[in-house]
Amino acid sequence: MNIVVCIKQVPDTTEVKLDPKTGTLIRDGVPSIINPDDKAGLEAALRLKDEKGAHVTVVSMGPPQADLALREALSMGADEAILVTDRAFGGADTWATSSTLAAALNKLDYDLIVTGRQAIDGDTAQVGPQIAEHLKLPNISYAEEIKVDGDTIVVKRQYEDRYDLLKAKLPILITALAELNKPRYMKPGLIFDAYREKEVKIWTLKDLDVDMSNIGLKGSPTKVKKSFTKGAKQAGKVYNVDPQESAEIIVNKMKEKFIL
Amino acid sequence: FDVVENVDISNYEGIFVFAEQRYGKLKTVSLELIGKAKSLAQELNTSVTAVLLGHSIDNLSKELIAYGADKVLVMDAPWLNDFNDHVYGEVMVKLIKDYKPEIVLIGATSNGRSLAPHISSSLRTGLTADCTVLDIDKEERLLLQTRPAFGGNLMATIVCENHRPQMSTVRPKVFKPLEPDYSREGIINILPIPTPVERFVEKIKNIDNNETISLADADIIVSVGKGIGSAKNIQLAKDLADVLGGALGASRSVVDSGWIPYSQQIGQTGKTVAPKIYIACGISGAIQHIAGLADIETIVAINIDPDAPIFKVAHYGIVGDCREILPMLIKKIK
Ligand SMILES: Cc1cc2nc3c(=O)[nH]c(=O)nc-3n(C[C@H](O)[C@H](O)[C@H](O)COP(=O)(O)OP(=O)(O)OC[C@H]3O[C@@H](n4cnc5c(N)ncnc54)[C@H](O)[C@@H]3O)c2cc1C
Ligand SMILES: Cc1cc2nc3c(=O)[nH]c(=O)nc-3n(C[C@H](O)[C@H](O)[C@H](O)COP(=O)(O)OP(=O)(O)OC[C@H]3O[C@@H](n4cnc5c(N)ncnc54)[C@H](O)[C@@H]3O)c2cc1C
Repeated sequence: MNIVVCIKQVPDTTEVKLDPKTGTLIRDGVPSIINPDDKAGLEAALRLKDEKGAHVTVVSMGPPQADLALREALSMGADEAILVTDRAFGGADTWATSSTLAAALNKLDYDLIVTGRQAIDGDTAQVGPQIAEHLKLPNISYAEEIKVDGDTIVVKRQYEDRYDLLKAKLPILITALAELNKPRYMKPGLIFDAYREKEVKIWTLKDLDVDMSNIGLKGSPTKVKKSFTKGAKQAGKVYNVDPQESAEIIVNKMKEKFIL
Repeated sequence: FDVVENVDISNYEGIFVFAEQRYGKLKTVSLELIGKAKSLAQELNTSVTAVLLGHSIDNLSKELIAYGADKVLVMDAPWLNDFNDHVYGEVMVKLIKDYKPEIVLIGATSNGRSLAPHISSSLRTGLTADCTVLDIDKEERLLLQTRPAFGGNLMATIVCENHRPQMSTVRPKVFKPLEPDYSREGIINILPIPTPVERFVEKIKNIDNNETISLADADIIVSVGKGIGSAKNIQLAKDLADVLGGALGASRSVVDSGWIPYSQQIGQTGKTVAPKIYIACGISGAIQHIAGLADIETIVAINIDPDAPIFKVAHYGIVGDCREILPMLIKKIK
């Protein structure tokens, strides 16, 4: 079985700080990680590999430093890594990102494509389903559990208030939730290989069959017109009193608001 | 892929709202979106069309009109009974190609967030995720779509200038629905049924969670964070929620600890809630948690740490141990 996992390198957002003067994000010194949903997707692929044997390829589109995310994936046990990188791909919205990734995936053999549900920086959850549409593949989003049996996949698909068990034939694209599993650590035996021996293949514009009008900033139907940080809300009143009095204050406020 | 170059955007007019329903009940977010679409349509001097797909759903059209739709397109067929990304996607793409709306709004539910990118991808148009503000630039006749990114740290206003329709998803509870008016008149257009679209994905079974009071609809939410201390202590917050007739919510840390199911998680990767009062017990107030609080009239926070970030958003902050305060609070209310 051939499994391709799309991974995105993202800043570790819990540590993102805002510049108090300019109000912009400080990205210097912010560590980069493999997007959590993608890492769970990779772990799911590696478990399928452990169970039944599979060839796992990881693909990332991004600047040259995304190489690090791919090498981490190799150290975890992925067999092959491809970095899709070119200035021409820069500034892509989800449509252009997915059309570029789809062009890369088109060059690979796959029975199963795994993406994360959502990247923690852009946060849209759109790239997975869009890749599926570009490749004319069926897709199951929000996978919480995956089982593969022969050419059939069963997925526990999460909803707000329930889940469904869904069944489909391969090939298919699924979007993975971080809840799927706890990703393994890098394997000491593989780390050396991944960082010294193994190759991360580089695919640039000339390696992909894409139309210039479908990639990068130019190929993006959406444009960010402006961005800003949320104005801080006015802080409310803080009481530091004993528990008895605290309870009284809350009850009084609820009465004022006609909740009691 | 089929690329549509040089779309003549002046051919597109009107607003589509995808009316999501399950078991013949409309999702409230769809009604919220119709209300919002109505005010956008007024600025554009155009109309709002609700698109309703499903089976045995006749009675829902009137409800959609009562909530502000000028027109309802209904496709009623057994094979549309159960939501399916591919089937619903194909039908929506066809309808959008036929009717050419300039704007399409879809609820950012678990289904909507999967359906919308299928449609936008196929139509080669832009899609803005999880919008919290929608406005019209009248001069350019453009939809200004504002959304949070980077875990709520950054807001961005996004436009789709050269492609149509302009598509947005919007989370539940971001907009308020209009007061329903059942005397409103509108057009109900029952569409002919095309040949069924192949499903590819089949449902084996579905498992509902038995939530007592749905978080999304609750007026009062008592929410617990890691500061509650243990799974057992959650009962304290549950008791308060019960005496107040409210629902119980939680931070992600509590969900990750397995103390409460995911369906009760509030925040960026959980639910957005808009109760009248939100009582946060032992929640630090991380930006990803706050991202799930729509404009809430009253936020009360109990936290032992006077410097906890939650006090920056709370209207009333109580510095103290929630394990002591909660039982007293319950006693006082009773
Ligand atoms: C503030 C801001 C707001 C934005 N809002 C929008 C918007 O509303 N609509 C829009 O179309 N674009 C938007 N963009 C652009 C968008 O963030 C980028 O296109 C981004 O590269 C992909 O989107 P995402 O991060 O949301 O990914 P998601 O769609 O959340 O990612 C889902 C999965 O797709 C895979 N994936 C995504 N990107 C890559 C990659 N580069 N390499 C490998 N796998 C990948 C991963 O498996 C990931 O888990 C915005 C950008 C910014 C800065
Ligand atoms: C991509 C991403 C998405 C995320 N999505 C979400 C999300 O959807 N929802 C969410 O909630 N989080 C989310 N998080 C996690 C978020 O960043 C925080 O880690 C989380 O909200 C912290 O939960 P907490 O406040 O319960 O726990 P903690 O951060 O551990 O805080 C516990 C608080 O309790 C206080 N406390 C301790 N003892 C007591 C006591 N006896 N009485 C009163 N107070 C006490 C402490 O002072 C502290 O402030 C996300 C993170 C990431 C990176």
